[in-house]
Amino acid sequence: MSPAPDPREPEETPAIEVAHLTIRYAEVIAVDSLSFHVRAGEIVALLGPNGAGKTSTVETLEGYRPPTAGRVRVLGLDPRRDHARLTPRIGVMLQSGGVYTAMRPPEVLRLFASYYDHPRDPDELLERVGLTEQRSTSWRHLSGGEQQRLSLALALIGRPAVAFLDEPTAGIDPAGRQTIRSIVASLRDDGVCTLLTTHDLEEAERLADRVLIIDQGRLVAAGAPAELRKAGPAGEIRFGGPPGIDVGSLGHAVGSTTEEVEPGEYVVKVAPTPAAVAAVTGWLAEHDLPLSDLRAGRQSLEDVFLRMTGPEHDPPPKPERSRR
Amino acid sequence: MTTTLATRTRPYAAQVRAELTLSLRQGEQLLVSVGIPLLLLTFFSLVDVLPKPAGVEQPVDFLAPGILALAIMSTAMVSLGIGTGFERQYKVLKRLGSTPLGRPRLIAAKITMVLAIEAAQVVVISAVAVALGWRPGGPILLVAPAVVFGTAAFAGIGLLLAGTLKGTVNLALCNGLYLVLLLLGGMIIPLEQLPTGIEALAKLLPAAALAQVMDASVTGGSAFPAFAWAVLVVWAISAPIAAAASFRWE
Repeated sequence: MSPAPDPREPEETPAIEVAHLTIRYAEVIAVDSLSFHVRAGEIVALLGPNGAGKTSTVETLEGYRPPTAGRVRVLGLDPRRDHARLTPRIGVMLQSGGVYTAMRPPEVLRLFASYYDHPRDPDELLERVGLTEQRSTSWRHLSGGEQQRLSLALALIGRPAVAFLDEPTAGIDPAGRQTIRSIVASLRDDGVCTLLTTHDLEEAERLADRVLIIDQGRLVAAGAPAELRKAGPAGEIRFGGPPGIDVGSLGHAVGSTTEEVEPGEYVVKVAPTPAAVAAVTGWLAEHDLPLSDLRAGRQSLEDVFLRMTGPEHDPPPKPERSRR
Repeated sequence: MTTTLATRTRPYAAQVRAELTLSLRQGEQLLVSVGIPLLLLTFFSLVDVLPKPAGVEQPVDFLAPGILALAIMSTAMVSLGIGTGFERQYKVLKRLGSTPLGRPRLIAAKITMVLAIEAAQVVVISAVAVALGWRPGGPILLVAPAVVFGTAAFAGIGLLLAGTLKGTVNLALCNGLYLVLLLLGGMIIPLEQLPTGIEALAKLLPAAALAQVMDASVTGGSAFPAFAWAVLVVWAISAPIAAAASFRWE
C-alpha cells in the first residue's frame, strides 16, 4: 500500500509532504498550489493573516478534507485513504472545541489515552500542562487558556510522531503561553514533527525552527526567522518622527532617497552603517526634530510579514516573492 | 490473542463508560428519560382522569406499555439526539475523527449506551407499574424486537436532526417533537380520542406504532398489530438511512 519510492526524493522521507496543494471551496480558492516539507524533529509555523488558508492546509493533512488538487502525505501515508493507519500516529489540536463540555480534564485525558496503544501517563501530562488545580472543573468552566492547554495535552497523549497545532496560543494568558511554548519546544527533542499555525509573528518567531508565510493560499516566504529578516531589501534605516519632514533635504544630507511611507514613518534607502545612522540623527538634531523610534539593519519579522501580506502602501513597493 | 482482543475493545469499553457517565451527568436528560415517564405513569394511574381505550379497566394497564414506549423514544431520540447534536457543535465528533477510536466503535458505544439506559428504564418503569397493579401477559418476548425497532427508528430521527441542525435548534426541535409524539403516540391519550384525520396520520408515525406494538406484546388476548409493526419497521429502516446519508460530522 505504501507509495512507490520517488527516485528524486532525499534518502529520508519527510514527515509531512505537501506538493502543489490546491483547495477550492465553491468559487473561493483557499489554498493555491502550496508546496512544503517538514522533517521529524522540526517545528514549522504556518504564518499568515486570517483566511490565508492555514487551517484548510492543516485539516487536509489531518484527513478532514480532500485536496482539490495536488498531493499530501503524512508519514508517507495518504491522510484520507490511510486514515486508520495514520490516526494512531498523529496528534491534533483544533482551533477551538473538541472536548466533551461536561467532562473534567483527568476524565477526558484518560478517555483519550484509552484510544492509543502506548499513551503518556494522563496524570503526568495533566501536571505538565499545569491543570492539576482544575482536576474537578468540567471543560465548560475552564478558562480559554486552560481549554487550550487541555487540547494540547489531548493532542500529545498518544505520543504522536506528527503534531498538528492550530493556533495553539491564540487568546491565552502569558503564563499559559509560556507553558505551551516550553511543551512545543520539548517536542523537538522527542523527534516529533510539529506543524502549527499562527497569525502572531512573535509566536512564530519564538516557537518555530522555520516559518512559512502564506497569504491568500500561496507561499510568499519561507525560512528560519533570522533568514527571513535578512531576506528583505539590502539596507535601509527606518525611523519615526513628526509627520511632514522635508525628505528631500534629509535625503540630500544623507546622500540617498528618503520616503515618508506612512505619516511619521520614514525609510532612508541607505546601507545601515554607523556613519549613515549618524548622518540621519545629526540631520534631525540640526533641525531640532524629535525621534520616536529608530531601526537600522535587521528588519523585524513583522516588516517582512507586512511587506509580504499587507495591503500595498503608497507608494507601493512591489511585493517581492522571495523564495528563500 | 487476549491482549489483542483487549487492545481492540479497550477504546470501545472506555467510550461506553464515557457515554454513560455523560448521560447520567446531564440532569435534564435524566428528567426526560426517567423522571417524566415515571411521573406520568404514577400520576395518571392513581388519578383516573384520562380517557381509557374500550375494555381497559384500570389506567395502569393502558399506561404501562405506553410509558415504556415513551421511555424508548426519550432515550433514543431526545437524549441521544441532543447529546450528539452538542457534541457535533462543540467539534467533539470532529476531534474524535482524528483519533484511533474510529466511527464504528463510536457508533457501537452510543448504541450500547442507549440500550443500557433503556434496559434500566424498562426495569424501573415495569417495577413501578407492577407496584401500581399492572399484571402484564401476552407474547411478552416481543418486547425485545419492539425495543430494538423502536430504538432504531427514534435514534434515526434524533441523529437526522443532530447531524444537520445547530445544537440549540436541534435541542428545541427534539423536545418539541417529543411532546407532539407523546400526544399523538397513543401513550397517555388513546388514539381513538384524536380527531379522525389526526388519528389516521398518527398511526403512520413511529410513536403510535411503537406504543401499539408494546401494548399488544404485554397484553394477553390482543390481536397481532400487523400494521403497527409494518409502520415501525419502515421507520426503523428509513430513519437511520436518512440520518447516515445526511449526517455532517462537523
